[in-house]
Amino acid sequence: MDVSHNNNQQDPLGAVPVIAPGYSYKGINDKLSALVLTHNTPTAWFAFMAVGFSLLMCLLMSLTYVLFKGVGVWGNQIPVAWAFPIINFVWWIGIGHAGTLISAILLLFKQDWRTSINRFAEAMTLFAVACAMIFPIFHTGRPWLAVYWLLPYPNVMGLWPNFRSPLIWDVFAVSTYASVSALFWYIGLIPDLATFRDKAEKPIVKKIYGILAMGWRGSARHWHRYETAYLILAGLSTPLVLSVHTVVSFDFAVSNVPGWHATIFPPYFVAGAVYAGFAMVLTLAIPLRAIYKLHDFITMRHLENMAKVTLVTGLIVVYGYACEIFFGWYSGSLYEREMLRLRIFDGFYPWAYPALLLCNFIVPQLLWIKKFRRNVAVLFVVAMFVNVGMWLERFVIIVTSLSQDFLPGSWAQFSPTRWDFLTFAGTIGLFITLFFLFVRLLPMISIFEVRTLLPEATTKSDGGSH
Amino acid sequence: MAHHESPSTPHHGLMAEFDSAQALLDAAHKVAGAGYTRTDAYSPIPIHGLAEALGMKERKVAPFVLMGGIVGMCTGYGLQYWTSVFSYPMNIGGRPFHSWVSFIPVTFELTILFAAFSAGISMIVLNGLPLPYHPVFNAKRFSLASQESFFLAIEATDPKFDAHATATFLASLHPREVVSVDH
Repeated sequence: MDVSHNNNQQDPLGAVPVIAPGYSYKGINDKLSALVLTHNTPTAWFAFMAVGFSLLMCLLMSLTYVLFKGVGVWGNQIPVAWAFPIINFVWWIGIGHAGTLISAILLLFKQDWRTSINRFAEAMTLFAVACAMIFPIFHTGRPWLAVYWLLPYPNVMGLWPNFRSPLIWDVFAVSTYASVSALFWYIGLIPDLATFRDKAEKPIVKKIYGILAMGWRGSARHWHRYETAYLILAGLSTPLVLSVHTVVSFDFAVSNVPGWHATIFPPYFVAGAVYAGFAMVLTLAIPLRAIYKLHDFITMRHLENMAKVTLVTGLIVVYGYACEIFFGWYSGSLYEREMLRLRIFDGFYPWAYPALLLCNFIVPQLLWIKKFRRNVAVLFVVAMFVNVGMWLERFVIIVTSLSQDFLPGSWAQFSPTRWDFLTFAGTIGLFITLFFLFVRLLPMISIFEVRTLLPEATTKSDGGSH
Repeated sequence: MAHHESPSTPHHGLMAEFDSAQALLDAAHKVAGAGYTRTDAYSPIPIHGLAEALGMKERKVAPFVLMGGIVGMCTGYGLQYWTSVFSYPMNIGGRPFHSWVSFIPVTFELTILFAAFSAGISMIVLNGLPLPYHPVFNAKRFSLASQESFFLAIEATDPKFDAHATATFLASLHPREVVSVDH
């Protein structure tokens, strides 16, 4: 029986290989571990860290002020009680989806180009979820009480959460997602941490990576269980990642607010999450590739494939917009139809919908053209448009629906305050800080998985001679 | 694998180093064919069929995951059923206390959570990790096992082990070198 296992399949269209030719095991180890085990930190790293850390200080300041004064310092009011915190929450959670999609779903589909981008995409997921979780917790107003509002535990008051509410489903979905993503990420790191342990020269560095690697020695039996566990984790993460944004969309779709109450929401939210996530992976991959000269590992093929996924999911999102409009019209409900008219034409925010279409629909159409998909600058600009567009999408969904709902007498225009912007910018700072710390301290490209892409990693069993 | 060495064992065993994954896999087949059972191979990449070639039959990770998933499912549903029907029944818009449809998302999430942690933890525990000390690290070039080199060890506790004959046998497999590993 031929059990040959070839990881080195080239692009069927004969385009670009997943890693540049001419690498050996040693070349890969040296190149990828030298990104961390070195004294030379690129100047650009300090520049990004300076920006990220300054913004992180803004987050600490604004959250302190929010705690000191109360959530009234944000622009949230009645009827727009959700406002920025929930927009930002959904935006960050959406970004978090690409990491697991790349590491789990593309693994199951045997897309070997995922290998050099999965590690930092998973890190991005973790940090995006961390940023996301800040918002609902602080939005409760008194986060120190949030434990008993959010988590079921036997408290002295004898109270339990209401499990019929999508908001509690959301707590479970997001916390499960954060925990499983962290586990998946750590398990993936173990063999690379062992490589760092064995390559590091300073005793203290050796010790730290040694403790983290838990004594991994690459035994055949260990690898066997490792691969089984990794594959199972990928299989479990796949429905999980789809469920998370589905549950987030239930926060909206289960209510009866015009503009939220639509059955298209779960698939449309999941597609939007993947769309936003891939745009963010591109936003991070392009500068990383330039700063660390990773052109051999993050090749044009990676960027082009990511651009294609972005384009496809973007079109699904646009299909979602079309469905929303159709559902609103077809419902025959006066409120749904009025909400659509106000959202698109003459509500409080007439600029928002055209801006959304520009960012999420018109600009990404550039990706149909191969020349643009292979142009790093164009890709980066399109990814930035999508990042903004996906934030605008949540703004449109949340703010336009809430500010003008059933009773015109209770309509009110929401306007964000400086604290809204500072908190949001602050979480971007947290994200940048965590991400660049990760890049400095841990292997941002999965070293052992890149090794398996080499032709010499391919083995043929001699067919059971024993 | 937790191998129980007798205190009188002078050393861990003999270790041969190979240059490629294919050489290691071929050698593993030959070592198993020669009747050695207490063996292990070390490589910087997973090699398909290598553990089987060395006689590994254990398949425990998947059953643990299944058990974890079932426990998670029962925990999730049980928690919601007990709190919503017995401990703190709330009338929410006239819905039944046992609103099973609403209980599905949390049940699903906990199933995944428990199953995933069963996968991770069972892999680590079955592998005997974390393990602060293992004799194979005494071999001088073993740090390359996590980088670019491939090793095959026959342990001294193997019933067929004989310091001289085993060394000669390993040398016949065309390794880069054969070393004796201290315990």
